[in-house]
Amino acid sequence: MNGIHDLGGRHGMGPIDIDPGQPVFRADWERRMFAMFILAFAGGHFNVDQFRSAIEQMGPAEYLQSDYYEHWLHSLETWCKTNGSLTEQEIEDRMRELSKGGA
Amino acid sequence: MSEQDGHKHDHRPSDISLRVKAIESLLVEKGLIDPAAMDKLVDAYEHKIGPHNGARVVARAWSDPAFKQRLLGDGTAAIAELGFTGIQGEDMVVVENTPQVHNMVVCTLCSCYPWPTLGLPPNWYKAAPYRSRAVIDPRGVLREFGVEISASTEVRVWDSNAELRYLVLPQRPAGTEGLGEAALASLVTRDSMIGVGLPRTPEAGAKR
Repeated sequence: MNGIHDLGGRHGMGPIDIDPGQPVFRADWERRMFAMFILAFAGGHFNVDQFRSAIEQMGPAEYLQSDYYEHWLHSLETWCKTNGSLTEQEIEDRMRELSKGGA
Repeated sequence: MSEQDGHKHDHRPSDISLRVKAIESLLVEKGLIDPAAMDKLVDAYEHKIGPHNGARVVARAWSDPAFKQRLLGDGTAAIAELGFTGIQGEDMVVVENTPQVHNMVVCTLCSCYPWPTLGLPPNWYKAAPYRSRAVIDPRGVLREFGVEISASTEVRVWDSNAELRYLVLPQRPAGTEGLGEAALASLVTRDSMIGVGLPRTPEAGAKR
């Protein structure tokens, strides 16, 4: 499917952010997101084509403005909600609990 | 977060960390993922699997002509001889730089990259500027990385995909005739194996 992810040959995306000192993960949530994705993938929650398909269906503005691992988060959520292992309500409730607990 | 911005901005950066934490805690609670396995994965890709693996492959190819031949013939099998196998490296193609041809690798659609030999990709590899421009202005992109390729050298750009991953075999630097594999490997940079850089020279290598 042609979509915003099909970036080859597009103009106007700006300079390349070449940072030789860049760490593998730039924040702890990226570490956790990476590992969760691998395990959810290994656990059969989605295959690689499903994983990419969910990312490729993100809105173009959201796709371009979000971080790489946000794309992964989007896909993980999409498939976990589709197969019933997570609901939006649960996620929001847990976020509320965690932010209270951490405050 | 207020009710007002809660819905529209679920993914705004300040909430991301909390959201990922919430999802992890739910999936762990439901027994769907094992937090200890997560720690192991993070440790492996942060500390163990990285371009030093690919550098050993390149150094072996520079030192052992029979290995080089096997590497260019069947990348996956030759790389497995050094023990580098696994996800995102199941089908490897190695492309050789020569005085006539310079190769560089991109994934225009996403971030496909040879994990067993190079680890996880750098951020720029996954971002729009490199992905969009590598295929339309490779020489300009190379210049941005500080690499000038002579006009008489052909530049070939390889677009990776979910099944097949490329590794560039850079040219062995001059003045390295007496060097063993370990010393050669220390000259091989990540960027030289993506094709947006060149290996270090022995002088520059020794300075580091």
